Amino acid sequence: MSGDNLTESKNTDKPDNNIKSYNNIEKKVVIIGGGPAGLAAALEANRGGIPPGEILIIERDRELGGILNQCVHAGFGLHLFGEELTGPEYAQRFIDEIKAKKIGYVTDSMVLSVSPDRTVTFISPRLGFGRIAAGAVVLAMGCRERTRGALNIPGSRPAGIFSAGTAQHYVNIDGYMPGNRVVILGSGDIGLIMARRMTLEGAEVRCVCEIMPYSGGLARNIAQCLDDFGIPLLLSHTVTEIRGRERVEGVVVSRVDENLRPVPGTERYIECDTLLLSVGLIPENELTREAGIEIDRVTGGAVVNQDMETSVEGIFACGNALQVHDLADYVTLEAYRAGMSAAAYALRGPGAQDPAGMIPTRAGEGIRYIVPHKIARGAAAGVKLFFRVSGIYRDVTVRLTAGVSEKGVTNNVRLRDYKKRIVTPGEMEQIEITEKTAAQLQNAVSIGVELCKKET
Amino acid sequence: MQKRNMTCIVCPVGCRMEVEVDDDGRVTGVKNNACARGKKYADTEITNPQRTLTSTVRIDGAAESFLPVRTAEPISKGRLSDAMAVIRALRVSAPVSMGDALANFDGVDIIACKTTDTRTQ
Repeated sequence: MSGDNLTESKNTDKPDNNIKSYNNIEKKVVIIGGGPAGLAAALEANRGGIPPGEILIIERDRELGGILNQCVHAGFGLHLFGEELTGPEYAQRFIDEIKAKKIGYVTDSMVLSVSPDRTVTFISPRLGFGRIAAGAVVLAMGCRERTRGALNIPGSRPAGIFSAGTAQHYVNIDGYMPGNRVVILGSGDIGLIMARRMTLEGAEVRCVCEIMPYSGGLARNIAQCLDDFGIPLLLSHTVTEIRGRERVEGVVVSRVDENLRPVPGTERYIECDTLLLSVGLIPENELTREAGIEIDRVTGGAVVNQDMETSVEGIFACGNALQVHDLADYVTLEAYRAGMSAAAYALRGPGAQDPAGMIPTRAGEGIRYIVPHKIARGAAAGVKLFFRVSGIYRDVTVRLTAGVSEKGVTNNVRLRDYKKRIVTPGEMEQIEITEKTAAQLQNAVSIGVELCKKET
Repeated sequence: MQKRNMTCIVCPVGCRMEVEVDDDGRVTGVKNNACARGKKYADTEITNPQRTLTSTVRIDGAAESFLPVRTAEPISKGRLSDAMAVIRALRVSAPVSMGDALANFDGVDIIACKTTDTRTQ
């Protein structure tokens, strides 16, 4: 047993001899969440000079790996490892490295609070109460699913309604089938993946309904999860009624108009015993809010600078807690940045303020949001802007702009154009600020991204 | 000759390709693919579509009740449900390490995707 890695004896009932108190101790870097973001942040904090014993990952679940443990499908790691891995395999690579380097972690431990002065408290059945003074904190709590309550679907409250991720946990972790005849509302990736998974396990997936005129999931998942199995995708359709008292007996599906309102007369009854909801993810930020950290209302995650530092210094955010990602690989890369920045902060304290100041990013026409929200003028080169578009656009130009103020009027001047064959809200885009572009930001009051478009 | 629209599933970019197939069922042209893997995918997708199958198997003696598994290589798309039957009948015991071959289907190993947390001490 080494470091803080107390989990090896997890399944014994007797208390471990090496049990330590975590009350009133100090750590250089504390990472909240042991999923892909937390694991990557920890490894990078270590590479950034923090000794393994000075890092602590606090994980709520029984084991490290986060949501990857239940994502048994393939599709992870192409970007980072050049091969296609399943979620557990992707996680295992990082977990093996964490264990080999003896980086500290505790599991079954729930963080209760993070204070602005970076005191982290948690509870655990084995370790009791923990209170840690952290040199730097990385928020890597991931996200949770939107539920039926967010949708206002009329009808009774029978058994058989699950969020897609809950169903995924039942099938892949617990080995239970949630039902036999399934309708899926929402075409997010988890819903698409579950359509295939339930089909392979013998269920009949009757259809996937998507209220928008386009899917929120990756194109490849529509091909390999729906088309492969002949599962219909009903775009511009939603569930307008759930029928059944004890158990779901069926749902009424209606077409919606361009304002997303159900069109009377288009109702269709579909018999089913299960309704899965794949209707969006919400970054998990209760701790963030309580710490007084500024939140972006669009992303639901913290407002951060180019180092992934939040509005409270020494507290960094990454992964799905910061913005919901499509790909775990990008979570990892973002978490590397947060972990490296956290290490630097913990070792050197607050960096000198960039005398040239911060430049805010500006989500222009057709862009929903940009992360990071602000960039130090002197550190813009190499920073990647991550953003999502607000609709599907083909043959579009993504324009990087600089806000230039003259005589009280701000104009957005073109810095660089990027041609795109297609952009969709379901797929996150990124632009790296080149050195040449960074040099053009000397007098900029903002850096923007906008679409010059024809909507399709 | 016919044209077929196809979404490449090799990577998350998901290129929407246009594939030309001649009367003998051979791919004669691929358009809108961002890389060479798209063309290769179109070829196999027309002649013998392949998929990597992932699932779980029951495991004894581990902290978890189910172990994630996959086929080490893609298998014939038409054989997915037969492979599922083999996987469903499997039952393994801990310890298992990621990459361990647990069974074989159509000459392709079914491998563990996770190193189990064994009950220790």
